[in-house]
Amino acid sequence: MIQFFNVSKIYNGVRALAGATLQIERGEFVFLVGPSGAGKTTLLKMILREEAPTRGQIYVSGRSIARMKHGEIPALRRQIGMVFQDFRLLPERTAYENVAFAMQVIGSRPAEIRRRVPEVLGQMGLAEAADMLPRQLSGGQQQRVAIARALVNKPALLIADEPTGNLDRNTAWEIINCLQEINSQGTTVIMATHAREIVDALRQRVIALENGRVVRDEHQGAYANAT
Amino acid sequence: MPPKTWGYILQESIRSLKRNGWLNFAAAGTTAVSLFILGVAILLVINTNFIAGSWGSNVEIMAYLNDGVTGDAVTALRTQILTIPEVKDVRFISKDEALAGLEQQFGQNGQLQESLGGSNPLPDAFEVKTTDPRDVDGVASLLGLMPGVSQVSYGQGVVDKLLELTYWIRLVGLAIVGLLGLCAIFLIATTIRLTMYARRREIGIMKMVGATDWYVRWPFLLEGVILGTTGALLAIAILYFSYSTLTSKIMETLPFLPLMNSSLVLLQLFAGLLATGAGLGIVGSLISMHSYLQT
Repeated sequence: MIQFFNVSKIYNGVRALAGATLQIERGEFVFLVGPSGAGKTTLLKMILREEAPTRGQIYVSGRSIARMKHGEIPALRRQIGMVFQDFRLLPERTAYENVAFAMQVIGSRPAEIRRRVPEVLGQMGLAEAADMLPRQLSGGQQQRVAIARALVNKPALLIADEPTGNLDRNTAWEIINCLQEINSQGTTVIMATHAREIVDALRQRVIALENGRVVRDEHQGAYANAT
Repeated sequence: MPPKTWGYILQESIRSLKRNGWLNFAAAGTTAVSLFILGVAILLVINTNFIAGSWGSNVEIMAYLNDGVTGDAVTALRTQILTIPEVKDVRFISKDEALAGLEQQFGQNGQLQESLGGSNPLPDAFEVKTTDPRDVDGVASLLGLMPGVSQVSYGQGVVDKLLELTYWIRLVGLAIVGLLGLCAIFLIATTIRLTMYARRREIGIMKMVGATDWYVRWPFLLEGVILGTTGALLAIAILYFSYSTLTSKIMETLPFLPLMNSSLVLLQLFAGLLATGAGLGIVGSLISMHSYLQT
């Protein structure tokens, strides 16, 4: 589903990625680990084509992203759901409206929106919270609203950039369980994280970045190198 | 653009118009002032041309003939004058007619003739009219070169001054309108940039979930158009009321001063101002988008 061939990215002379090569198959659950500044966020941004590579090739669903025209980017992003550490919800809109917004702005039909939004909110256990504003919700609930928003357009790929970074231990597990559930229904999940405990417990595929390079890629891997 | 999203676009535009109240006022106000001045300048030019046209057609060239040019020579000269393409009309005024005219204007019966001692010092003359007042100068000098013509005179001064005036009105008007137009564009662009800043989260999310560029841009473009046309409507309203008051006042007090009063011309002018206002709005929003909505 995703292939990076020798991808480099240089921002104003600073090397964020230095020849990263990796391949992720449809339906996988992948942890992306590594110290801050190792290039995790840059790598995720490239999948969304928020950044173009300085060198190398990237394919998402068989399409070359490096050579993608500006007008083709929206179609790419509609295949991808995105979740962040800071939730990025619109504060003046309710949970329902936040999720519906993602459908409205890509031109979904109102009837379809009215059907789909409650469905995905229910799936995230947020049926009761639909009419609440983000500030009335707990951190875990807010992140679940964000996940609902990421899923509402049925993406093939869900990217989570440190989704548990702002959450306490129990809530973090709650979110991870959500992501695993989503993955078990066929959605590819890529999660960048610093949560050692979670990575070590789940034993999923782990890709480790350091100084812009892939230094480790293990199935059933751990957060740190097994030494 | 599917029609169902128009509701969204309008809603977003109105929401942001409510948000920056003061700046909206400044942007629409500057647009209004610049378009008002543009309208005034255009009306001035239209009216001076109009006046020059209607006065100019009354301005005849008098070509005075040498003594002794009579009969066939007069007929030949008349034919020659009529071959000049700019000439509309030629009338021969004999010295007797001219004297009679003078007498009518100044004298009591017979008094003038008496004081002249029965002789008539006036020459025969041709009164020549041109189709376009701007050709008066050229035709007059042509007439001066013709054999048998002793002297040419015409009221060129007034027409020339009027035409010169329109030139300056155009120049100064254009300069002021240009400067104010730039101010209007700048203020519209600033207003819209503030809106974009206030909505940066929404914009970010729209792009993240794959909204097209134009879907993101439309509300801002519409906001610019609303600001520009609001300014234009304001300018048109003021222009309309002040101009119709002015024309009716002048009609009462200075009836010999002809003013352009065609509602078709006014309508065209107002439509032009409205389009210019919308254009200023579009340019303002495009400037903001260019610097803010890349990728």
